[in-house]
Amino acid sequence: MLILDCPCCGVSGEETEFHAGGEAHLKRFGPGSSDAEFHDYLFTKENPKGVHLERWRHANGCGKWFLAARDTMTLEVYGTYSAQTTEPPQDIKDKISAKRPGWSWREFS
Amino acid sequence: MSDAKSALPGARYEGFVKLREMGLQGMITLRGDLASAKLAAAVQTATGTAVPGQRQIVTEGDRAAAWMSPDELLLLVPYAEVADIIAAIETALAGEHFLAVNVSDARAMFRLEGALCRDAMAKLSPVDFSEAAFCPGDFRRSRMAQIAAAMWMPDGQSLQVICFRSVAQYAFDLLSAAAAPGSEPRLYG
Repeated sequence: MLILDCPCCGVSGEETEFHAGGEAHLKRFGPGSSDAEFHDYLFTKENPKGVHLERWRHANGCGKWFLAARDTMTLEVYGTYSAQTTEPPQDIKDKISAKRPGWSWREFS
Repeated sequence: MSDAKSALPGARYEGFVKLREMGLQGMITLRGDLASAKLAAAVQTATGTAVPGQRQIVTEGDRAAAWMSPDELLLLVPYAEVADIIAAIETALAGEHFLAVNVSDARAMFRLEGALCRDAMAKLSPVDFSEAAFCPGDFRRSRMAQIAAAMWMPDGQSLQVICFRSVAQYAFDLLSAAAAPGSEPRLYG
């Protein structure tokens, strides 16, 4: 069971109040991209054992989307942050680095 | 005009807390920039209250304004006045980016009364209902078993719940079962 803090409404809620929305920080490839790029955008997702960045929605709550950094192995939540960002905030990166030195996730580390 | 009826008119249950359906209640969803002075003035005119802070509800007589999300309020007003109030909001906010919708007939409202109302609600929602975390003035959206619900405490002895009208019977059955005599969890009282 995860306890997530919604950065939009400030609720510290348990997992069943939220809905997971897949990988965070997706770079979209739409019209004009190659078939290979579009395929990878649709189907090639990160599935790490360890640090993972995900989208979540506060479905039974304020209804807003946000992003979460968590660990798929220990279920520790490193932090949640605004969906209106292109990379995790430095303080969350620092928290992950403290627990998992040398971590990386796509282009972030 | 058609004869408006609430979801479960007069539905009641008496267990270790009293449960009743609240009847027709005017509700307006107001979305927009909650920091805007124009919106604050429109809320003041509609409900006689200020714009509530994050996860708060402010009450004035038979009216209230509740914080639903960073860009959404729920205004509770007398059922018969909803159309006039929406017209006034639309005039006051002309030119702003906003939305005011009558959701009165899309919702159902229930009230739990009794010293153990926190205990009954705690069976259904993953929310900390202790006095330290939830007290009159707080407004919490969460779930009640399988359905979305919003709750607040009008006073220390009662708890009010709003859910979608389409699940009103389910909500009433849930709350009745949670209030069944002899099933008090006594977490909080």
